Order: sequence, then structure tokens, then C-alpha cells
Amino acid sequence: MRISNKGLIDRSTAVSFTFDGKTVDGFAGDTVASAALAQGRKVFGRSFKYHRPRGVMTTGSEEPNALVTLHSGAAQDPNIRATTQEIYEGLQVRGQNAWPSVDRDLMGVNDLFAPFFGAGFYYKTFMWPGALWEKLWEPMIRRAAGLGALSGEDDTSRNEKAYAFCDLLVIGAGPAGLMAALTAARAGADVILADEDARPGGRLLLEDEEIDGKPGHVWAADITAELMGMDNVRVMTRTTVTGAFDQGTYGALERVTQHIAAPSDDMPLECFWRIVAKRAVLAAGALERSVAFANNDRPGIMMAGAVRGYLNRYGVAAGQKVAVFGNNDNAWKTARDLQAAGVEIAALIDSRSDVTPQGDFPVITGGLVSDTRGRGALKEITVQSASGEQKIAVDCLGVSGGWNPSVHMLCHMNGRPAWDEATQSFLPVDNMVPGLAPAGAAAGHFSTQAALESGINEANQALTDLGLNTTDTKAPQAEDGAYNITGLWEVPHESKGYKRAWLDFQNDVSTKDVRLAAKENYASVEHMKRYTTQGMAPDQGKNSNVNALAILADATGRDIPTTGTTTFRPPYVPVSLAALGAGARGKGFAPERFVTSHQATVDRNAPMIEAGLWYRPSYYPRPGEKTWLESCNREVISIRNAVGVTDVSTLGKIDIQGPDAGAFLDFVYTNMFSTLKVGRVRYGLMLREDGHVMDDGTTARLGENHYVTTTTTAAAGQVMKHMEFVHQALCPDMDVRFISVTEQWAQFAVAGPKSRELLNTVLDDKIDNDSWPFMACGDVTLSGVKGRLFRISFSGEHAYEIAVPSRYGDALFRDLVSRAEVLGGGAYGMEALNVLRIEKGFITHAEIHGRVTAFDIGMGRMVSGKKDCIGKTASERPGLHGDHREQMVGLKPVDAGQNLSNGAHLFFADDDITADNSRGYVTSVGYSPTLDTYLALGFLENGPAHYGKKIRFKDHLRGIDTMVEVCNPVFLDPEGGRSRG
Amino acid sequence: MAELIAKTPCDGLLPITSETVSLTELTPSAITSFMPYKGREKAASTALKKACGMALPGPNEASGTEGARAIWSGRGQCFILDTGVPADLATEGAITDQSDAWAVMQLAGAGAQDVLARLVPVDLRLAAFKPGQTVRTEMQHMMASITRSGDTSFDIMVMRSFAKTAVHDLHEAMKSVAARG
Repeated sequence: MRISNKGLIDRSTAVSFTFDGKTVDGFAGDTVASAALAQGRKVFGRSFKYHRPRGVMTTGSEEPNALVTLHSGAAQDPNIRATTQEIYEGLQVRGQNAWPSVDRDLMGVNDLFAPFFGAGFYYKTFMWPGALWEKLWEPMIRRAAGLGALSGEDDTSRNEKAYAFCDLLVIGAGPAGLMAALTAARAGADVILADEDARPGGRLLLEDEEIDGKPGHVWAADITAELMGMDNVRVMTRTTVTGAFDQGTYGALERVTQHIAAPSDDMPLECFWRIVAKRAVLAAGALERSVAFANNDRPGIMMAGAVRGYLNRYGVAAGQKVAVFGNNDNAWKTARDLQAAGVEIAALIDSRSDVTPQGDFPVITGGLVSDTRGRGALKEITVQSASGEQKIAVDCLGVSGGWNPSVHMLCHMNGRPAWDEATQSFLPVDNMVPGLAPAGAAAGHFSTQAALESGINEANQALTDLGLNTTDTKAPQAEDGAYNITGLWEVPHESKGYKRAWLDFQNDVSTKDVRLAAKENYASVEHMKRYTTQGMAPDQGKNSNVNALAILADATGRDIPTTGTTTFRPPYVPVSLAALGAGARGKGFAPERFVTSHQATVDRNAPMIEAGLWYRPSYYPRPGEKTWLESCNREVISIRNAVGVTDVSTLGKIDIQGPDAGAFLDFVYTNMFSTLKVGRVRYGLMLREDGHVMDDGTTARLGENHYVTTTTTAAAGQVMKHMEFVHQALCPDMDVRFISVTEQWAQFAVAGPKSRELLNTVLDDKIDNDSWPFMACGDVTLSGVKGRLFRISFSGEHAYEIAVPSRYGDALFRDLVSRAEVLGGGAYGMEALNVLRIEKGFITHAEIHGRVTAFDIGMGRMVSGKKDCIGKTASERPGLHGDHREQMVGLKPVDAGQNLSNGAHLFFADDDITADNSRGYVTSVGYSPTLDTYLALGFLENGPAHYGKKIRFKDHLRGIDTMVEVCNPVFLDPEGGRSRG
Repeated sequence: MAELIAKTPCDGLLPITSETVSLTELTPSAITSFMPYKGREKAASTALKKACGMALPGPNEASGTEGARAIWSGRGQCFILDTGVPADLATEGAITDQSDAWAVMQLAGAGAQDVLARLVPVDLRLAAFKPGQTVRTEMQHMMASITRSGDTSFDIMVMRSFAKTAVHDLHEAMKSVAARG
């Protein structure tokens, strides 16, 4: 019901939306909850476990009951709190966890079985038989219990992440937060003021009180306007700070377009901020808590502060005949405000006997609400007092068990608040989070006047800490009433029967569950929490934690401080994964690295494969070729007989210079580089500190103190990092400097018997076998462009790698490929490259996969005896060499037509096929068109001793079981004549 | 052979603009890395000043002016932009040609810092990150060098192969900031 002349809504702007298909008429400034309440809706949702009808309880993000789903299809957004969702024209809202609707939910039958569903029910019931848990019980429970659901479609919403920095972050824009922000901003500090509401003001928007003679909300608007006019202030509304992290970093979730009917496509739905603040003030206020009495969960029973909040902010009376039940002075405000607005107050029930009634409404002191009635919505309450039991007809009950300061953020680094008898609440202690100071109600300052003053004080303290001058900002005049409270946690009710007094509304945990947990010796608060699931729902126990531990304290005969609290963890409110992972969907998951020949390769229709972040061609299809294998075979043959070109720019290139360059390389590589002649290239092997192989590659000596090392594509970053570590940590005295030049050079392999013939058509000065023998390197020019030429071979053929500055990469690649085609060859891709190197027994990271030693790959002798190197001593440990090691071998099928597969295991012919009998495994497989057979590389126990032997090749996954012959891994041209030719 | 045609790293990708911010490619005539040898930092700085007119920049600093700048690029390392580096500087430190290794872009206009705040986890507020300051950091998932080059302009360097992703990510952030108004 709307009350005229009340509320901050814009009555000139009507806004309608639908709730479960029914039209709801509201006004600009309404939330889903306020507009639906105004229209008389009582039931907003069904509870998690028992599907009990539940109504709205609060006005904020702590709301446990009124969770709704927005939109449908890919944009479906479940578990949105109706209390914070602003309405807009055309918004579609649906109830959830109910069928067919929240008003008529057939799953409500669960409630009839409630006696069976107590704490520990799942643990006790579904233990047997074990196999049924995953198959039957768990899916069944998941279907029956739950909150809203996602659509199952891919999320298409745009989200964003962003970073912000400030001197002072003020969390919460209530009176304390506004005052803190103003104080710091006037002193010149860079301030961020974040509040989860659309409108700053906090509790001032929900109360009927004055500051400096102005209505509180007007004062809040004035201060906000002043702040927004300052260059050093950023006011972030609809932004919930979700967590406090190390070094002054805070997470914050901004709802950017959830309140807009048709936002621009470029606007994000949400933005997740990482805010780094030198100092922060937590002005998060306090949350009102309920009292546990029988049937305290009927729709119509709300927090007392929420009842007057809906009146003062939205002009909504949550009932026509309202009762208020509380244990503190604050609850009286609700009765006064409602009566002043013309709403009938049926009774104010105060559990305390020693209070003086004020106000012109029925008051019952020393009274307790012990039960309620009303199916679907509250109709009657039962009150017990010195004068006996009476039943009062009401349609709304405001409950106040006191206020819990919002200390959550202060606990995110394991700080624990301390119990305060006077306010019957947990209050912050000093230095719970470095640099984060609580102010206002969050610090236990419950009057508006005290909140304003504490905001100023904390801001001044922060300014002093930051070395900034403070100003003499004074607190305005405001309400300064005392907050008298007497603890009340539970109203006793008969322990038999169905009546339950609810604590955790979101997870359906009642006082009975907590007492049962204590009885079954889950007496620690952390155990009770897990046994009952109290506090484990999306509200993280904001509404129930203190009440539950008070009941536990009672049940275990301890006091509240001894019982302690559970741990609050981030995030303060639920955060969607879409916001946390903003920008990472699809290709945003990782950047793409493209070589200069990429477009030329795409133009030739080559499918791409990923190598780390790089994209490399798989093969270059030609007309008439139906499979990748046909293309690959053609490419291999053309390189063995003519010439092929491929882009090898992705291999890491590290430029190493300095007087100690040679000595440094001798230390990081197993073999010697200080003895390499200028103008020559050498293959090198690099070990990790644990003695296993890290990487391999070639190193060219370009000058006396100048080398260029190449790494494999995938390990480029790792090798660079390793070299930095070795230099900085192990040999900082070496005068050597290195830097990546990977991207400076576009480098192409030109391989095949006609490679020199091809190169001599592009080089300004022709080369021959004497001027450029195998493993030579040096500078060349092509049409005047300076490049580098290396005579190295990964194919076993007469081959080169030619490098030019990357700007010429596209042009040179296209040119080289067309020249190769004229000579009977062409471009080749990774498939052919792989076959060529398998034919030659050359290793890749398929072989040096991290568990092999130099000995295992037949390169034990490359670990120089003349010097020390990283990993040498570790590689000499017992167990890392010897006959028992699986060593690299070649494998050929006995039946030449048989195909082989990667990942197969190797067994001796007479052994049973059992895991224990596996003698090794296969790492690389390819079909060799040169030798017309499949070839494989693998590791076999004492491998070289078995050359010539026939063993069993078994791939359980692909069902291949065949005999192979063990051989030397170099299948082709073992003398290496081709590469030297 | 015929002359090889040169392409810039952002060929076909830039320029782009949003309401107030533009992203353009810069093509410095040269980028040279310079890493003074052990104990040669002072001599290297003097030699650099003599040869190119600016001293060796300290950490997170850029020295020189348009036409000849040195940008700190890491521990004991800087990039010299736009001007050639005399070969005799090589006695003071290691020199490599990086002219083709980097995509260099300028993000300029009111709100450029808000665009970068979507991608870069360091404090680039105009008051905190002043002209002449530089930082090696990450931009989305790419390592980058970012230098405040003017009132509202930032020069961004990413490795050449990342150009397309970098332009895409910057463009998305530009659109998002523009849409927010």
C-alpha cells in the first residue's frame, strides 16, 4: 500500500514491470521489492530446503528471501535480490525455486517431511550404499533443493574489469561515509566513495530524521553534490566493495546496466574493480537481526528497520495492521514512523519490562511473540506477557533483535571482532585489516551524530597517516539518541511438533538444528556451521550468524565470547563469474601471437595450430588433396627432393653480449660455447637445476662477445626467465647482457637439396659450400636489406634459416614460397616439419617432457666433463642414468602397412599386458612417405640394448596392438651426408 | 630480386577513434636496446648524452624529447627511440636493434587514462603518472611498456606479434569508456 506524501520515489514517472507475468506498477526510484510490496505481494520466494513461502525481510543486499530471476535465455540472471534490483519499464522478474510459481509451489510438500530433514540428515541418510550417492541421491537433492538456475546457454553479456587507485577509499555512503569522504576530500586527498545503493545516503534514506535542520536525505544529496563537484573525488554508486585483500587492495562489484532498459551494446553489465587505496574507511553500517520464535518466517514478518525503511524511502506500508517486536529502543522508531503516516499499530511488544512506553499505540512491555499463524501470509501473532497469552491479528510484524555492525570486511584477513555487552554485538578491534578503519555503525556508533563524528575522526586519522593536512570540518547537528538493548535470541516454544524458530532463512536452519548439532557434539561454531549449513547460503549468514552462535552458546552452556564467530570471507555479496573473468571469454582467454607470414599463410588456406600463444600453419592444402596426410606427404617429399619454406620466427631468440657471454653460456648449457668459432653455430642442451633436460636449440656466435641463442617456441619465456635467474642469483659478477630479439627477426627455414639454389636467387651475394658450410652463420643482404643466414637443419636436409627484420617478413615469405614452387617445392607446415624431424630422430618437447635426462635421450656425452654447468651435479645422482632408465629408441612396425599411435605402451613379447610390465612408452609418431612406413620415437627400458628386437606395441585407448622393431632413432641418413651436401 | 616491401606492425589495424580518445600507430625511425655493462652505468650515461642528447633514464623514467628519447625498459636496460645510436656506444653496453620487434601505439585524448584503467593494473592517474614517467607492466595478458608522452597521451609498446590483440583490447576498452560517457 502506498502512503501519499512519503518516500523518495518519483511519483511523476510511472514504471511498470512484470513479476511472474503479472504487471506491477511502480515509480522511478522503486526496487522490485518496494513496488511489489506496494501492490500487496506477500510471497517473494520459496525457501531452499522446505519450499516454505517467504516474503521480503530487508531493504538491502543482505536480503535472504526475496531472490528472483531476471530475463530469460542466455541473459537469464538468477538469485538477484529484489530489494536491490531497481525497476525499469519492461523488466521481467520471475520467482525461483518453485513450481509452478512461488504463490503455488507443489514442492512445498517437502515441508511435511521436515521432521526427517534435520541437521546432518544427508550425512546420516545417504551414506549407504556408497555407489548410490553420485548416481542417485546427490542429483536428486540438487534438483529438489536449490536457488535460481542458469539457462545453460553461453553467457553473451559484456562485462568489464577495471583498476582504480586512491588515497582514501570510503566504503559506504551513509552519514559516516559521507562525512569521512567530505573531510578527506576537502583536505585535498584523492577519494573514492563507493556505495552499493543507486543513491548515497545509506540509512538516512530509510529514516525520518534531520541533519542540520534538513531532512536526512536532503543533507545526503547536498553532500553528494559537493563531493561530485570536486576533481579529487570519485563517487561510485551501485558499487559494492566485496573484499579486503593484501596491500590495500579491495575488490568491488559495480552494477553498470542492470537498472537500464536498453543499454548501449558497448556498456558492460557489471564491472569488477580492483581498487588500491592507501587508506580505507569502512562505513558499512549495521544489519538488523531477527529473533528466533516459532514460525518467525511467515511472509509479512520483516525487520523492524525495513518496515519503516519501506515507508520512509518508498512510501510503502508493508501492512495495514502492523505490530512491532523488539528488544531495543530503535524498534520504537518503526511504530512511531508508521503511526505518524497513518498506519495502524496493533501493538508494540518490547521484551524488556523496564521501559517507559512512549507513543500513542498499544504497548506490551515484558512481552514476547511466541508464535504466528497465517498460511501464505501472516494473519495473527501470539504474544505472551505477564498478563498472559493473547492473540493479535496483524498482517505485518516488524522484528528487531538488535543490530550487528557490518564488520565482515575487517575479518577478510583473519581478524576476529570482540563481543560487546553494551551493544550486544561483535565490534571491531584495532588493526584487523592494515589501513582499514571502521566508522559509524560498523564501529558500533549507532546514533547519527556519533556516526558523523566518527566519519570525521577516521578521515582525519587517515589524512594524518598520509601526511596530508587536516581541515576543521565539523559534524552537523543530528539525532543522538541512546541505543539501549537487552539481549534476546530465542523465545522458548514447545520442542515437539512441527513448530520451528528459524535462524538462517536462506538455508532453512532452525534453532532445533543448532541444538541437535550441539547434542551430537558438533559444538564448535565452525562444526555447527558445517553440520547445519547455517551461514553457508549466498547471504553468508549476514542475517543469522550472531543469532545462531548465541543459540549454540546457550545449548553448550557457554557464553557468546567463548563460543566465538565463524569466519567471514570475501565476497561480501555474490559476484558473478562473468564479472570476475571479464574480458576472458572466447579469444579474450589468451592473446594471440601472429607471425609476419600469417596473412600469406591464411591466403593459402592453411589450417592453424596453436603453439603456446602463437599460431602456426598445420599444412598447406593444394587442390585435389582430400586429407591433411596427403598434403603433409607431398610437403615432406618435396623437401627431400626439392625445397620447402616454413616460418620459424616463433622460436625464441636471445641476444647475448658481453665479455663473459661465452662463460655464461658454458654455465647454462651442458656443452661448450666459449670455444665456438665466430661465424659458426652449435647445438646445445640445457638442464634444469634438478639435472633433467629443460630445452635445446642452436646458438650462433656472431662476434667475439656476441651470441644469439635459439629456444624452442614453447619454452622461450621459460628459458629467458631461467637465464635471468642464473645471472641475477647464481653468477651476478659475470659481465653479460641479454635480451629477447625474437620479434625483431622474421626467420624462415629453407630446406631441401635445392635450398641453396633458391637462396642464391634472393641473396645479393651468392653462397657456396665453401663460403657457407654446414653450421656456418653470418650477415647477408637481400635487395639491400640486412639479414642473417644460418646453415642449420631440423629436417636432415641441406637447409638454412634466413632472418630479416620483421617489417620485411611478409614480403620475403611470399617471395621465397613462390620461388620454391618454381623449383618443385613450396611452403610446408608443422605436420611435415614433425615428420621430417622424426625421420631424423630429432627431439622436441614431446621427448624432453620434463622427466628425461640427457642420458635418456642419448646425449649423455653432451654434458661436458671439462666444466660445471647448471644441473650437472644433480644429473649425476644415482638413478638418473643406467640400464634401468627408459631411453630413447626408434620403433618401426614389423608389418610395414601397420599404423602406429602416440601414447602407446611398450611390452616385451612374452610379457602379460599389465601395468607392471610396461617397459616404456611412445612420444612421437608419424607416417614417413620417404620410407613408406609409420615411424615412432619412444622411451624403452635399457633401450639401445634392444636394437633389432621385436616388442609389443599396445595402445589401449585406440585399440592398436602390434609388433614393432626397436632401432636407432635416426631412421634416415644416419651419417648426415644430406645436411652437409 | 625485387625490393622487399616493408609493413608496420599495426598495418591495417590503426588508426581508430572513440568519442574523445584516439589510437594511432607510431613508427619510430629506430628502436635500439641499450644495456650498460658491469660498472659502466655512469660512463654509458655520459656517452649516451653525448651521442644522443639524453642521459640514461632511471627506473620508470623516460629521458630526452620527441625525436630522441630513452625509455627505461627493465633492469639495467633502456630503449632508445627515433635516433640512431653510434656504434661506439657498444663499448659501454650491449646494443640490439629492436626497431621491428615492437608495435608502438599512442593512445591520446580526454579519458585515455580511463581506457588504460580497464587493461593495466598500475596507477596511471594523470596526477600519479606524469609526463616522462614510464612503466613495464601488463596490458590485459600482454607485457607492455607504457610511457606518459603528453598531457593526455600515452605511448604503448607491445611485442609485434601481439599487435592485433592489443588493438582489439584497447578498442573494446575505448568503446566501453565512451559508452559510459
